[in-house]
Amino acid sequence: MSIYWITALGTSAACFLFKYLGHSVPESWLAHPRVQRINVLIPVALLSALVAVQAFTDKTKLVVDHRMAGVSFAVAAFVAKLPFPVAVFGAAIVSALVYRLS
Amino acid sequence: MSVKRDSLSLSFAVGVYGAAFGAASVAAHFSVLQTCAISLLTFSGASQFAAVGVVGAGGGAFSAIATGALLGTRNGLYAVRMAPLLKVRGAKRIVAAQITIDESTGVALAQNNEKDSRTGFWWTGFGVFIFWNIFTLIGAVSAGLLKDPAAYGLDALVPAAFVGLVWPRLNSKRSYYLAAFAFVFALSLVPYVPAGIPIISTALLAILMGWRA
Repeated sequence: MSIYWITALGTSAACFLFKYLGHSVPESWLAHPRVQRINVLIPVALLSALVAVQAFTDKTKLVVDHRMAGVSFAVAAFVAKLPFPVAVFGAAIVSALVYRLS
Repeated sequence: MSVKRDSLSLSFAVGVYGAAFGAASVAAHFSVLQTCAISLLTFSGASQFAAVGVVGAGGGAFSAIATGALLGTRNGLYAVRMAPLLKVRGAKRIVAAQITIDESTGVALAQNNEKDSRTGFWWTGFGVFIFWNIFTLIGAVSAGLLKDPAAYGLDALVPAAFVGLVWPRLNSKRSYYLAAFAFVFALSLVPYVPAGIPIISTALLAILMGWRA
């Protein structure tokens, strides 16, 4: 099986497991404030790391290229409270323009 | 009934993001079939973007699955909140589990009574599921027609989507510090460790930071 299928099915299985377990365990099990706090923070850490790696690296090198223009647009759009699709597809357009011009 | 109307309009708005996922996944070299399978079976936006993002950056399947799974843990906590309201068993519980996501839980918990909560949960869950999968297919097929993804900005689409996913979560001093720290920490690891590890290792920062109140 290719890495693509393993990733697709593995991620699906893991995500479903968490959803199903949550419906099946007593509420008190996960009520600990520490569990709640860490649960809120994990996405913040992973998503920030994903922004960094997806925008500023190429394999094992740190790079600044056309993607930074796109991501900067996205940040500006979210600051301006524009809707998600506008910010994300706008970022793609800005990045593509810089890529084609350089 | 306004719960149903609200659920459906939210579902459509959220479902449109599926096109961004479809495009991002194909840009990360997943096939259209694999991309659609992820949206149908994983059905959790952040986890999906993360898994294909890690593979797209050269990471292994284990890092991709672990990162996607960690982003999926919150659905489990939503399920804990929803279970006493839904009171479902057997096959119905399996269906309820699959559509337990940010939006279905959010709409359910925003209602004033249990009946509306249940309606909001099911309508939003199914609504997002339908639109998310339709738009995933549209995004994947469209992106597959492009020869050089960078020329259409698809390589910037993914990090931009992650900005959008993290943005509403930056609501405390702690979350700002953690975001900045994780950003720098991941970049500092990139030259030295295999792809995927810099991302998943920032979960440790979250655990350390969340340990104390």
